[in-house]
Amino acid sequence: MSNKYIGQSVTRLDARDKAMGRIKYTDDMCDKGALVIRVLHSTVANGIVKKIDTEEAEKIPGVVRVFTCFDLEEKHYYPTAGHPWSTDPAHQDIADRLIMTDRPLFYGDDIGAVVAEDEVAAAQAIRVLEKSVEYEELPFVLDAQEAMKEGAPQLHEKYPNNVLAHTEIHMGSVEEAIKEPGLTKVEGWYETQPVQHCHIENFICYAYGEGDRTVVVTSTQIPHIVRRVIGQALGMDWGKFRVIKPYVGGGFGNKQDVLYEPLCAWISIQLGGRLVKLDVPREDTFISNRIRHAIRYHITSWMRPDGSFAARTIKAWCNNGAYSSHGHAIAAKGLNAFPQLYPCDNIDGETWTVYTNRSVAGAMRGYGMPQASYAFECHAEDCARAMKMDPLEFRRKNLMPVGYYHAFSKNELYSDTFNQCFDKGAEIIGYYDKVKKYKNQTGDIRRGIAVSTFWYNTAVYPIALETSSCRIVMNQDGSVQFQLGETEIGQGADTAAAQMIAEELSIPVSMVHPVSCQDTDITPFGTGVYASRGTYTLGFSVRQTAMLLKEKILEAAHQFTRMPVYNLDLIDGKIVRTTDGRELMSIGDLALSKLYTTDGSQHLTAESTYQIKSNAYSFGCCFAEVEVDIPMCRVRLLNIVNVHDCGQVINPLLASGQVHGGQSMGIGYALSEKLMWDEKTGRPLNNNLLDYKLSSFMDHPRLNAAFVENYEPTSAYGTKGLGEPPACPVAPAIRNAIGAATGLYINELPLSPHTLFREFSDAGLINDPWRKEEQGKEGR
Amino acid sequence: MSKQYKVVHCTVNGKEIEQIVDVRESLTDMLRNDLRLTSVKKGCEVGECGACTVIINGEGFNSCIYLAVWAEGKEIWTLEGLTGPGGELSDIQQAFVDEGAIQCGFCTPGFIMTSWEIVNSGKEYTDDELRKALSGHLCRCTGYENIFRAVKKTMLRHLGKYEEAELVNSQGITEYPEPMPFK
Amino acid sequence: MYDMKALYEAESVQDAVRLRLEHPDAQILAGGSDVLVQIREGRRAGAEFISIYMLDELRGVSIDEEENIRIGSLTSFSHITKDPIIQKYINVLGEAVDMVGGPQIRAIGTIGGNTCNGVTSADSASTLMAWDAVIELTGSEGTRRVPIKDFYIKAKVVDIRPDEIQTAILIPKESYENCFGHYIKYSMRNALDIATTGCSVNAVLSDDKKRFERVRIGYGVASPIPIRAYSAEEFIKGKEINEENIKEFALTVLQDVNPRDSWRAGKALRQHISVVMAERALKECVKLAGGEADE
Repeated sequence: MSNKYIGQSVTRLDARDKAMGRIKYTDDMCDKGALVIRVLHSTVANGIVKKIDTEEAEKIPGVVRVFTCFDLEEKHYYPTAGHPWSTDPAHQDIADRLIMTDRPLFYGDDIGAVVAEDEVAAAQAIRVLEKSVEYEELPFVLDAQEAMKEGAPQLHEKYPNNVLAHTEIHMGSVEEAIKEPGLTKVEGWYETQPVQHCHIENFICYAYGEGDRTVVVTSTQIPHIVRRVIGQALGMDWGKFRVIKPYVGGGFGNKQDVLYEPLCAWISIQLGGRLVKLDVPREDTFISNRIRHAIRYHITSWMRPDGSFAARTIKAWCNNGAYSSHGHAIAAKGLNAFPQLYPCDNIDGETWTVYTNRSVAGAMRGYGMPQASYAFECHAEDCARAMKMDPLEFRRKNLMPVGYYHAFSKNELYSDTFNQCFDKGAEIIGYYDKVKKYKNQTGDIRRGIAVSTFWYNTAVYPIALETSSCRIVMNQDGSVQFQLGETEIGQGADTAAAQMIAEELSIPVSMVHPVSCQDTDITPFGTGVYASRGTYTLGFSVRQTAMLLKEKILEAAHQFTRMPVYNLDLIDGKIVRTTDGRELMSIGDLALSKLYTTDGSQHLTAESTYQIKSNAYSFGCCFAEVEVDIPMCRVRLLNIVNVHDCGQVINPLLASGQVHGGQSMGIGYALSEKLMWDEKTGRPLNNNLLDYKLSSFMDHPRLNAAFVENYEPTSAYGTKGLGEPPACPVAPAIRNAIGAATGLYINELPLSPHTLFREFSDAGLINDPWRKEEQGKEGR
Repeated sequence: MSKQYKVVHCTVNGKEIEQIVDVRESLTDMLRNDLRLTSVKKGCEVGECGACTVIINGEGFNSCIYLAVWAEGKEIWTLEGLTGPGGELSDIQQAFVDEGAIQCGFCTPGFIMTSWEIVNSGKEYTDDELRKALSGHLCRCTGYENIFRAVKKTMLRHLGKYEEAELVNSQGITEYPEPMPFK
Repeated sequence: MYDMKALYEAESVQDAVRLRLEHPDAQILAGGSDVLVQIREGRRAGAEFISIYMLDELRGVSIDEEENIRIGSLTSFSHITKDPIIQKYINVLGEAVDMVGGPQIRAIGTIGGNTCNGVTSADSASTLMAWDAVIELTGSEGTRRVPIKDFYIKAKVVDIRPDEIQTAILIPKESYENCFGHYIKYSMRNALDIATTGCSVNAVLSDDKKRFERVRIGYGVASPIPIRAYSAEEFIKGKEINEENIKEFALTVLQDVNPRDSWRAGKALRQHISVVMAERALKECVKLAGGEADE
């Protein structure tokens, strides 16, 4: 297929408006007269709210109403995950949340809300209320493995030992396999930290009454799911709610959860449909939205002398925080990836998702794979070193081979992706030369280079429903509007879809207009964007719908050209007679004629749903080159190169942007970001952008993104996932590069000065003569 | 307690204005709510993210931690003021569009304001100086790469260095001949 | 919107003094980059404030008749960095305040505010300590001067009397003459951060550049308030410039450096970095002064 619009660096369709500052995000659309909601958060990590005295708060001028958990007449427990609903109760998300609770399970849980005329009155009321809550405090637990122990505080009655879920995988027999003589055993604990999405637009929503319904405008990735969950949370018919999604200032998975839309809708209803706005302050975003799971991995491998795997085991403990959100899906994704990335005949694996009294973990760019990639690729490096093999060659030898077929997902590795990505990345960064150059360094400042890879797939088939719907409406001039459930949240979905439609209808992209803001009253059903599925899944419905429209166009053309449909085509905005190539009429003339004809007037539109029953591997790698200042315990990232095979690249400029963003998140994940809680109180310590060390402009080198384009055969346009993959391999590449520089391969994140100081001290790279006793090594 | 108000006289985007403000308002509040200049974004309200950056008397400030009453007598520019009367983008806005420096767009207005200050300074910044000059803004989408390129290119064009500007395209690998101790 | 009970805007220094006396509970608001954030946090919510931000008479850098460098208290960090007097005589101060937060914070943040909040992590503080700066305060009975080491009383408490505002910071001539300084800010990222610990060193070398005539070293976050490491200064005075002496100097700072353990950073890390910084910063000073200190 020769493409005219696909594969081009078309400018983002919303870029101009964004550069002018006239794009409207949620807060920009909200009327100034809105009442302000502030959520009252628990100041204990585990407990029971006995009483909330609201009298004093209600007296504050400007305070309109105070709601507490005791105002809920009916308790409707609801799920929050942005997963497609299942009509099979066994596959439904766990419903463990209330819009306000008298049984707070983490510091920051929602126990009440204030409605006020302005933010100052609301904040004053919150400060007063925080002192007016009587709790029965209960012991709390912050660590996943501690939470599983006998006698640990129990969070949810139905989940003994706080285990939300436990799954296992077994292949062959590890027990038998390790009897083979001559095996080398490599074992490691790998610890990842909780981090937050930090989209620059905080979560915000507002609600108001319209007729007998409630409209909720919200910064979300998943408007149709939000509508369903509001209905569930309020125990009302789903059709009673209309959800509108304006432009979104980043989501990264946090907005793939239903956050405060149900509470906001409920409050509006309590106030007779008044306009109420719930704008989450940055400090609360860190605590009471979602975070990325901290996952602790333990991996053991038994290697044959030739460097192949004889047997492997893996265990993972996934800290889910206080509520289920996405449940076991994230831990399970990592566990299921394990036997696929480095196949081995004998594998035992198990993983636990565990409730703890911490902020709730949910989806965040990579959905468990940044954690798993860290563990897998630290371990792969350790295995290579144990076998004295070049780490890159070790990977080439052991990674999933071409032709690998995964029976459950029906995914197949069609191309020699891994080697192609490695070759390309190695050449760009000069890997082999630098490996040589950086051998046997001494001194305070040392450099290192290393690589890592990752496992990813594109969508959620076969685990959950994959469906995409598209509507295309033609205007009198032959231009079109299109609508999709796949939301534009900054990643460029609208632009990619427009390129596809332009390709299919053979009209310029300038004639294809996205209806960018989803409205559940108007937009065809779609579950939103997540799982790096947008471009892949929307491609199916876009293509199918565009083909339907094209069929209608050619049928209409038959009416005005008298030619049989099979001799007509749509080429460059013209109706063309294929037998001689003659242009018979323009698409604009056709659309106009068809609408206004007195003989069979028709508005040319098409709409269709496509249910996707396929998925696609999306692989790549990251090379990182670092300089380590040992006495200063600091790492400087010198160069970074990601190479991805996401199939056909629809838009190289936007695709590179996705890679840069993932790299950037990976850099922060590797070197500086970590959410912390006070061990004594369970209180979050660094819930602001000063103390939470998101990497700044000055912490970034130039970012290199490259692609290997193996056309994905299952896909409508040969494309597959790219949103999340770039974030996955960065941290292990940096860890391995620090190891190459210093000889110290550190198994936890972030590799901040705190961690490096401890490790360098333990290893004797730092010798402080005044510290008589070695620092006790923390952890296991 | 009765509320305290004040009339603020200033120039916003080239236009003289008089605005009654509640003295408790931040400049962000005044610009967003009173003047409806919604390009000024709220991302943290404590001066960490830079999304609310506006130019005051030629220098970039976080308008969230700047009292509206301090605007008295000042000349203020927001992103709305950079677009020409016929909707023409300034060169720095156009560079953000062309270089793919915009994704979700929420940090964009602030970034463009700081970049506008940089490219109009008449100074040629080194790469490290550019990074530092832009370091008061957080972005979670772009990894800063394309923003860097947009600003550097526009800066060079302002200095008449058109050929050099074109060379900024390649990302490429950076060579660091000397070790760079932290000091 | 900020939770302020009342805002009094001073129109002159004298007006500020009057407002101070009239509203004894009101707090002073200079650039606000700390104070406004603390209102939002609730720590200062609901208080009365006296804004002195509009007092342009307190902006600018000059050399006074006594040849002191005089920095108006409301001079912003960005203007200090750009100022030719600063660049000529005490460039390290310009460099130090150029590491505060990000550019927009440096545009609003004032050197007076940075010292009056009494915070040990302030990037200007260790340098001002190390250069024996003098604080000028103006009250109802005129001005008085306080050496900066006496200005800091304890964490977040400085010597400002109920009728006073800080009006200038002075660097005496004997302090800046022939003196070269270097500041290292140690933080967890390269911008938008507060110092985990900060170290400012300056040195006067002998005419032949072989000996240290005078070395001063100030620290932030080595103690609840900014401090000097006098023991180390004493040790190095008059000593030959060599690796061994510099290393010993660096180790000696621990006699004065006593950082605390917090979740932001452990004491051991802060101590370790304090020593490394002392060594590296002193070597930089030697270089700047035209001497030689081998790496």
